[in-house]
Amino acid sequence: MDASVENNVKTVRRSKEDKKVLRKQLKASHTLLKHEGISTAQQPTKSLVVANGGLGNGVSREELSAALKEMGELETLIMHPHKPYAFVTYRSEESARKAHIHLNGEKLQCGETSVTLYLSYVDSVTCEEEASVPLPEGLVLVEDFVSPEEEALLLAAIDWSSTINDVTAQKALKHRRVKHYGFEFRYDNNNVDKDKPLPAGIPRDCLPVLERCVKNKHIDIMPDQLTVNQYESGQGIPPHVDTHSAFEDPIMSLSLGAKTVMEFRHPDGLLAAVVLPERSLLVMKGESRYLWTHGITPRKFDTVPARDPQSPAHTAPDLGTHSNLTLSKRGTRTSFTFRKIRHEPCRCAFPSACDSQGAPPAPSPPSPPSLPCCHADAALLEKEYVHRVYNAIASHFSSTRHSPWPRVCHFLSSLPPGSVLADVGCGNGKYLGVNPAVIAIGCDRSSALVQICAERGFQAFVSDALSVPLQTASCDACISIAVIHHFSTQERRLAAVQELVRLLKPGGRALIYVWAFEQEYNKQRSKYLKDQNNEHPENHSTPGNTPEDSQEPHRKSSIPTSRHLEDNYTPVDNIQDGTEGKLSVHTNRTAFNTQDLLVPWHLKEGKKQVEEESGEGGKKERRKEKSRKTSGSASSAYSSSSIDKLDCKTDPSPGLDSNMSSGAGLDTSDATRSPDSKPSPSGDTSQASSSTLVSELESIPAPVFHRYYHVFQQGELEQLCTQEAGVTVQSSYHDQGNWCVILEKVTQS
Amino acid sequence: MKLLTHNLLTSHVKGVVKGYPLLIKATEVKVNEVDFNPQFVSRMIPKLEWSALVQAAEELGQRQDLPAELVPEYENNEEFLKKVHRVLLEVEVIEGCLRCPESGREFPISRGIPNMLLSEDEV
Repeated sequence: MDASVENNVKTVRRSKEDKKVLRKQLKASHTLLKHEGISTAQQPTKSLVVANGGLGNGVSREELSAALKEMGELETLIMHPHKPYAFVTYRSEESARKAHIHLNGEKLQCGETSVTLYLSYVDSVTCEEEASVPLPEGLVLVEDFVSPEEEALLLAAIDWSSTINDVTAQKALKHRRVKHYGFEFRYDNNNVDKDKPLPAGIPRDCLPVLERCVKNKHIDIMPDQLTVNQYESGQGIPPHVDTHSAFEDPIMSLSLGAKTVMEFRHPDGLLAAVVLPERSLLVMKGESRYLWTHGITPRKFDTVPARDPQSPAHTAPDLGTHSNLTLSKRGTRTSFTFRKIRHEPCRCAFPSACDSQGAPPAPSPPSPPSLPCCHADAALLEKEYVHRVYNAIASHFSSTRHSPWPRVCHFLSSLPPGSVLADVGCGNGKYLGVNPAVIAIGCDRSSALVQICAERGFQAFVSDALSVPLQTASCDACISIAVIHHFSTQERRLAAVQELVRLLKPGGRALIYVWAFEQEYNKQRSKYLKDQNNEHPENHSTPGNTPEDSQEPHRKSSIPTSRHLEDNYTPVDNIQDGTEGKLSVHTNRTAFNTQDLLVPWHLKEGKKQVEEESGEGGKKERRKEKSRKTSGSASSAYSSSSIDKLDCKTDPSPGLDSNMSSGAGLDTSDATRSPDSKPSPSGDTSQASSSTLVSELESIPAPVFHRYYHVFQQGELEQLCTQEAGVTVQSSYHDQGNWCVILEKVTQS
Repeated sequence: MKLLTHNLLTSHVKGVVKGYPLLIKATEVKVNEVDFNPQFVSRMIPKLEWSALVQAAEELGQRQDLPAELVPEYENNEEFLKKVHRVLLEVEVIEGCLRCPESGREFPISRGIPNMLLSEDEV
């Protein structure tokens, strides 16, 4: 180990210039730490904070610990999930001093990349242990259930090479390989044809294992259906509950080949991340089988408890403690899921999740809409999944959109006094007052948001972004901030650009922002991703300092280090296997894996009025059976209990920014700026009750609304804009998870 | 809705050629005092359709002695700028509607906000 450390940490002799740079960097790192609430000590102590040496920037525990141990004996090394720093406490102050001298400013090689470590003394290391969440009720994990020999035998029993049309139905799902035995599981209806058994039953080699399951009382009856899933590193499976009417209780899953982390979510928002080591058996019974969803986030690294050589057990719940985490690279995992076909309707105690008892079919989002294929469908989709949502969430949404984004402000400030500015999709009007010397007017599809603008004294009116009631060539400038990504077809996105251009005078300029598929750009993760752990439900709306209050991509518990994101770049269309063509529901604060998706908005508690308006508020709440309330704190991703809903709410919408624009008090534009909240051509005025909006799934305490987004890939916005003759793209850039262009209307045209 | 906004709005109903200016039918009008900024007002004037402003003020009974024609060298005519300021920024239509001069389509104004949404067959 020592030798390798020598190699990893390169000591370089520093010139005066270098030292100066180092001092500056140190200062910057102190500032950053201060933001995190970490105060550094002037005098040497036994403990150090190691900036850049965190799981959050791809440094594994093993790598860091090896370098630190070079300097002396460690007492503790604490690495919080997602944080870009770690805390180390040495047995002696002298070791700490040594570490400070030798490691500060040095590069640590981790994997293919390297980071520069900055060390500072701290007085104490707080080790807030989060209450670790117990495993979901009914969930049992048996480690080392099969021997390595049995593992090899089982893996060999699956013939992946069989012909594609084989009746055993090998399915090439986009995100994993699947093969069924006994009965085929149909991904179109998430059920099985109970009258059509497959010619191949469960392979013989499984029998000894199944017999052991019976003997150990994990099951009473032998299963008759087996689904084998093979996940390459980076692949996963969306959260789901196995259809109640299809299978009996319990369901068993054997993990072979490599470990992974499976996430269980309770409808109340509780999250339990469970490490499934290779050769372990997972038994899902009762509540864990019927009520909790389970899924695997597609990624290449997991944050897992570091395995202490002394204690072999690496049980999942252990994840609650932050102090002992590391990164684990995923390998190829093959799971054998054994189930018993159910022939009678399910009579479980969880009707809210039971299709036999009237609940919508198992896989989550009740019934997500499909991507529209015609104009009428598109208009309808936007009406339900954009317009109605913004009206319903207007006030909460607006409360989270207060800080104008700096680069939008910069554009607004560059306009000459007296310019006429139209903010199309002005949301709560946050950009309408930025430059008081321009004549600013806003419009938004959401009357509720426009009302907020009016209350703020801005001039705004209700209209659709595809048909803005302003004269052609009447504006010196237009802005469209986080609007165009709400249009569900390419034609409509283009029409939205054309409408902006129509409004411009020759020589006039338009600034367009849309949410980016790429939430990590130039090695920088967007704010949306970064906020995943420190979001506090209550205050997310307040931190008004970040310009982009809103962006929101990747999932919280994952560890989107740069490496992992890079590998996942290519957009795939839909992660929901089985529900082909359906829009998938995005997990807030996670990277996107598809360009067309539904983004949940978790309404803050207290804004109940919405619920009343929404036709079906009633039923969803029934799931309170366990009403585990999640109130505040736990947000940390990893440990188990982070609360989903919290995270999400924080950042409701991704690309949305909001804005107010200039216009000294002239305008009333509407409110929230989110992108246009809903421009739909269809122009229906009705705000009808939003019965479909509230998701049945997540519901409990706070209703969840889903907004449709089309997130743009790099170059796509420019390409869209250049389809419109008569404009030139003056500049384009990436800004905190958004793609942005400035257009200029050409003089002759 | 201030008359500044009205001055910018037009009817956008499909097929309408001359949708400007919109006629105002007001049931509630308010006049709020707004800080006078002569420079801002004088920069705004060239952006306006003067006749539409005069007509709108007339419709609301708020024209007072606003001249039918733009006066020359208004930049330094504070008295004139004040009149424009009042009409443009202080007079507000709270309830009523805007009517398309060609199609007759009416757009409601409620709580000061014009709703210009069109139905499916109007776009």
